Amino acid sequence: MTDWYMLLAAALFTIGAMGILVRRNALVMFMCVELMLNAVNLTLVSAGRALGSLDGQLATFFVLVVAAAEVVIGLAIIVAIFRHRDTASVDELSELKG
Amino acid sequence: MSDFLWLVIALPLAGALFLHFFGRYLREPLAGVFATLAIGAAFVVAVVAAVPFFAGTGEAEHLVIWEWMPAVGATFELQWDPLSALMTLVVTGVGTLIHLFAIGYMHGDERFHRFFTYLNLFAASMLTLVLAGNYAMLFIGWELVGLCSYLLIGFWFTRPSAAAAAKKAFVVNRIGDLGFLIGLMVMFATFGTLSFEGVLGRAATELTVGTATAIGLLFLVGAAGKSAQVPLYVWLPDAMEGPTPVSALIHAATMVTAGVYVVARSSPIYVESPIASGTVAVIGAITALWAASIAIGQRDIKKVLAYSTVSQLGYMFMGVGATAYVAGVFHLMTHAFFKALLFLGAGSVIHAMSDEQDMYKMGGLAKRMPITATTMGIATLAIAGIPPLAGFWSKDEILGALFERGGIYSALWVVGLIGALMTAFYMTRQWVLVFAGRPRWDEGVEPHESPAVMTLPLMALAVLSVVAGFVNTPFRFTLEHFLEPAFHGVEMQHAPEGWGMFLVLAGLSTLAGVAGVAAGWLAYNRPPEVWRRFQEGFGRLWTAWEQAYRIDDLYGAVVVAPGRRLAEFSAFQFDQKVVDGAVNGVGALVYRLGSALRMLQTGYVRNYGAGFAAGLLVVAIWLVVRGMS
Amino acid sequence: MTVEVVIFVLMGLTALGGAITVVMARNPVYSGLGLLGTMLSLAVIYVSQLAHFVAAIQVIVYAGAVMTLFLFVIMMIGVDVAEDTAENLPRQRLVVGVLAAAVVGFAVYLGVSQGFDWVPAASGEPVAEATNGTVQAIGERLFSTWVLAFEATALLLTVAAAGAIALAYFRRRRAVRE
Repeated sequence: MTDWYMLLAAALFTIGAMGILVRRNALVMFMCVELMLNAVNLTLVSAGRALGSLDGQLATFFVLVVAAAEVVIGLAIIVAIFRHRDTASVDELSELKG
Repeated sequence: MSDFLWLVIALPLAGALFLHFFGRYLREPLAGVFATLAIGAAFVVAVVAAVPFFAGTGEAEHLVIWEWMPAVGATFELQWDPLSALMTLVVTGVGTLIHLFAIGYMHGDERFHRFFTYLNLFAASMLTLVLAGNYAMLFIGWELVGLCSYLLIGFWFTRPSAAAAAKKAFVVNRIGDLGFLIGLMVMFATFGTLSFEGVLGRAATELTVGTATAIGLLFLVGAAGKSAQVPLYVWLPDAMEGPTPVSALIHAATMVTAGVYVVARSSPIYVESPIASGTVAVIGAITALWAASIAIGQRDIKKVLAYSTVSQLGYMFMGVGATAYVAGVFHLMTHAFFKALLFLGAGSVIHAMSDEQDMYKMGGLAKRMPITATTMGIATLAIAGIPPLAGFWSKDEILGALFERGGIYSALWVVGLIGALMTAFYMTRQWVLVFAGRPRWDEGVEPHESPAVMTLPLMALAVLSVVAGFVNTPFRFTLEHFLEPAFHGVEMQHAPEGWGMFLVLAGLSTLAGVAGVAAGWLAYNRPPEVWRRFQEGFGRLWTAWEQAYRIDDLYGAVVVAPGRRLAEFSAFQFDQKVVDGAVNGVGALVYRLGSALRMLQTGYVRNYGAGFAAGLLVVAIWLVVRGMS
Repeated sequence: MTVEVVIFVLMGLTALGGAITVVMARNPVYSGLGLLGTMLSLAVIYVSQLAHFVAAIQVIVYAGAVMTLFLFVIMMIGVDVAEDTAENLPRQRLVVGVLAAAVVGFAVYLGVSQGFDWVPAASGEPVAEATNGTVQAIGERLFSTWVLAFEATALLLTVAAAGAIALAYFRRRRAVRE
């Protein structure tokens, strides 16, 4: 059973990663990051259960806290950029090219 | 006992440092007075420290100031023995008088304080050289005096000739320094130390003749550079571009004697090697004759004295080369007095003649400048070897030692006699051209006697030029006994004993001196047309003398021109094409590589993300596969 | 067919559907709703795995606070900005496709070869009692073994709050000055 949980997590993670590579709306890319974090949470809970330990769930708790902090800062940055550039597309933020 | 000896070096050094930083805030004479007081105080300290030697109770001392590199015997230590005491007294004593003179001479120069900064720095360097307790420290002083010499020759660096002369002096000295440095390396390889005690004390027992010859000859290269001997003398005549007090202090009285001092100091090495000693003597003899002949033909008042200095240094080399070290050092001392006097007198004349240096445009100055004329006359007679003046005793002792040594040295004695004749002749020629006869001045030149600050040193040096010879006469060998401890255990050559030989030899050299003076007087105390015809009578020989045998042209063609071509090749061919080519090639390579790689830097975060994901995938696959096995 | 399997299949499909919606939807609001669906599905899966506390905060923090924040920003930046789905970076789609194919291929390979343990130390059936993630069990461990990390999260959140204020507030002040 654990294997299937892991496969589901892997699928979610991969979808999130592909989304980041394909989409150019910064908000959607952010959501994809959340998706990947959720996939990792699923692996932690499932592995903890398989190992008979509560620590997986505790690690999930901390990932959640970090994700919350990250969302706060990330969205603040996106809003700040939007105010400056009037866009949420990351492709237009490409001044740092060689 | 003489723990305070470091003050001798520290006082002028402190003076130089003070003047360097605060000199420009001092009004004109003040900087000079300050510098004079600094070196004068050093003289007083030296006298106090030397009292035990005068009393005959002093013993050589080693004063370690600071352990620098004890493993190689290179500590900051001072050697205080009669030899260094004598050198110190000469340097500080003559130096004080010349500092005093310079206050008057440099009047009105806009870099007045800077001049005295350099003079004090030079005094400190020279004292480091003579007081050094080991060869490493001696070498430091040796190089420092070279630096000061460079700074002072080029003091009026806005004149291209002065800048070129300074450069020439520095480069020629460098050739000598290389020999000296290699000599020091050989010495260190042999003894494992550079301290005087370690080297000179063991020289008699541990040194092979071959090594002694090698060290001796290498030291001779250095000494020939510093003391302006053939073939490295060419820088000294050009050094006359410096202010005249500099010529007096550095290029006559003190620095150029450093080579003589080193040979005398290294006497335990030289006595082991007859070849090295003989080479020193022969070089000295060649130089004495060569420079004396050039001096005859010069018309620049300072050039005569410059070649005269080279010639007299040749005498000193003859003396120390014949292992008559006391005689050589004795001549060093007396020469310091009368040559400083001659230079200062020449400075006084130049000052009076509004910077005219051509003797053909002087004449009849004795009436206008009685003190300068009298004192310079005394110095002229002293250097000509007229008894009982100082030069007679010291030169006669060298010649006596050469004669007594016999063999090849007898030939050198003859050379010395001829040189003495020539010396007397050209010095008399100079005095007569400058002071006697009718004035041949340019329009508007109004000579006047120099101020007291300049004549006082002249008079003091004139007194010394008279009496200094009496410290070592065949009647009383005071100097010989004084220096005895410094040359302890060294077998030395002396003048022949017994009244008969002395009278014959002294008579011969007196005869040479008197003949020279008489010839000079008869030839030049006449109207200009007459002595011009007399000079032309020599034909091409005179031209050769006047042009100093065109040695500079020879060196220019043989040494300087190929060096310049090599430098030009290195600069414009090798450096620009090969070295720069390699550098530019590397730059171009990096540039191309960067141009290619910057295509990766798109600025699109999603491109970077793709690379990141690809790398992550590879690492993950590798980890998983490794865990499967 | 236990209950857990049924829940897993249902909720797993919902989660995958939500995830695909996040990536595919042209309007960010739909993306947000897809993400909300995935999170709620995962919360259900957590409950079936006895992770009650995690499920609760998944709903409260993620589906509640974070998603609200997301929607708030979406509304602020512009709801009607439908994104053009055409790719404008050359070869980006190709690279992504290759990467996705590689991941899927590797997963299939792992499944076929049977040589890989997802959780190596797992032995037998999971022990329900040991992993019963009640609030009490989690709290006991959180305030004993993990207390230091817990304190650190407090610091982290404070810094994050301060950072957000800085980003929003100081920029505005400079803009006023200009």
